[in-house]
Amino acid sequence: MFWRVTFELLRGLGSCAELFALTLAFALPLGLVIAFGLMSKWRPFRNLRTPWLRKWRPISWLTNIIVWIVRGTPLMLQLIIIFYGPGIWFGNNLWAFSSGRMSACVLAFVINYACYFSVIYRGGIEGVPQGQREAGEVLGMTKGQIFRKITLLQMVKRIVPPMSNEIITLVKDTSLARIIAITELIKAGESFMKSSGITWPLFYTAVFYLLFVGVLTILFNSLEKKLSYFR
Amino acid sequence: MSILEVQNVRKNFGSTAVLNDISFSLNEGETIAIIGSSGSGKTTLLRCLNFLEKPSGGKILVDGNVIFDAANRAARQEKEIRRQRLNFGMVFQSFNLFPQYTALQNVTLAAELLAQERPDFKQKKKELLAEITERGKKLLADVGLQDRMMQYPHQLSGGQQQRVAIARALSLSPRILCFDEPTSALDPELTGEVLRVIRGLAEKKTTMIIVTHEMAFARDVADLVLFMDAGVVVEEGPAKDTIERPKTERLRQFLSRYAEGEA
Ligand SMILES: Nc1ncnc2c1ncn2[C@@H]1O[C@H](COP(=O)(O)OP(=O)(O)OP(=O)(O)O)[C@@H](O)[C@H]1O
Ligand SMILES: [Mg+2]
Repeated sequence: MFWRVTFELLRGLGSCAELFALTLAFALPLGLVIAFGLMSKWRPFRNLRTPWLRKWRPISWLTNIIVWIVRGTPLMLQLIIIFYGPGIWFGNNLWAFSSGRMSACVLAFVINYACYFSVIYRGGIEGVPQGQREAGEVLGMTKGQIFRKITLLQMVKRIVPPMSNEIITLVKDTSLARIIAITELIKAGESFMKSSGITWPLFYTAVFYLLFVGVLTILFNSLEKKLSYFR
Repeated sequence: MSILEVQNVRKNFGSTAVLNDISFSLNEGETIAIIGSSGSGKTTLLRCLNFLEKPSGGKILVDGNVIFDAANRAARQEKEIRRQRLNFGMVFQSFNLFPQYTALQNVTLAAELLAQERPDFKQKKKELLAEITERGKKLLADVGLQDRMMQYPHQLSGGQQQRVAIARALSLSPRILCFDEPTSALDPELTGEVLRVIRGLAEKKTTMIIVTHEMAFARDVADLVLFMDAGVVVEEGPAKDTIERPKTERLRQFLSRYAEGEA
């Protein structure tokens, strides 16, 4: 029995890991794009009379609203809307293909986590002293060179602790996937309760989460250590 | 002909005028010291020269070529500004070294990025980078840091950091080197080593603009002095004369405050 349970839970862990990896792969870069949106200084109406229009930064305004909505509503609700929404409102289920459930889940997670990441990125970028950028500017560097060669690594160093929190939360949030019937860890463990009337597999799932998070913690600690060569 | 000509430069932040009709010129190889009380606009002036602020009015000429003209509203391209700003080097009060790079990398980074834009970079990569590294090492040796090239900024003292910053500012061979209170963030016992480096540059006839509160240094090292108050040039002239025998009451008062402070 133990080996059967372990095998089933490993399959559940596989779904978790897939969702986790795909979410990170897309949400990490997308979050940076959203962060640039949040910080956008573009003011298309700065030459007009109306004071509030002059100050209006539409890109920043729009991304702020998106981030507010995404962070202000439960991920579970977003997941339900993305998966069932198209079928209910437009009468066509976008997600009817074979890996459709996982795709819908990844989409919901990417949007949600990208918004959380974006705020962390923004904090990291704004935490780099203005003098760093100015020093690059007076040396004739372009905006892109300044970001890549000066700001980026300093930002990464600043965001490792908040990012590690967020990413560890992501590990556990993967359990939400069950509401659109993906067999992740907890659902896999729980299924034994129904089929064989045993509860220990459910608690056994904690070991898998702990191992997953343990590995991540080691990775984050070593990254932090790697970046400790400068201040 | 003067290397730098600043004509009627004005700068407003919102409705407050911070610089009002600033004009001066500087000959090649000369050093001008800018003095004045806190808030008089010295930093803003240097930032205007380095395109970190956009003047609200006036003109700036280098070697007789207009590099900035507020009346010419044609949108300046970023590329053009980048080229023009290489006329100036800047040493900041707070050093602003890049913490993730060694002293040597701080000095060579900008030159390497510039070299990458050359059409022949791919073919001559090795020689170009070797050349840049050699030059970086020489610049650091010139400021007395030959033993510190591989150290990171946080491993260096403030005085050493500022000397790296000076070497970095020289790395692209600017025509004019600007200093904004280069020793103000330093412990008193560390100011000497930085001032010595700047004195050495003056002896080598580097064209420099130095904002400073070190009156004795301004008097001894600079050729000219410019006294600013509330965004205007109140008095200017040969450094030694002007500081020893100020013509205006305002400069006299300003200097006497220093005499008290130093006594
Ligand atoms: N970005 C800004 N926005 C608004 N006001 C500014 C800005 N930068 C400077 N000022 C104002 O401009 C005036 C001149 O400032 P500046 O920093 O040029 O003075 P300073 O002569 O360098 O003074 P210090 O000796 O203290 O360095 C000050 O009153 C300051 O408050
Ligand atoms: Mg200042």
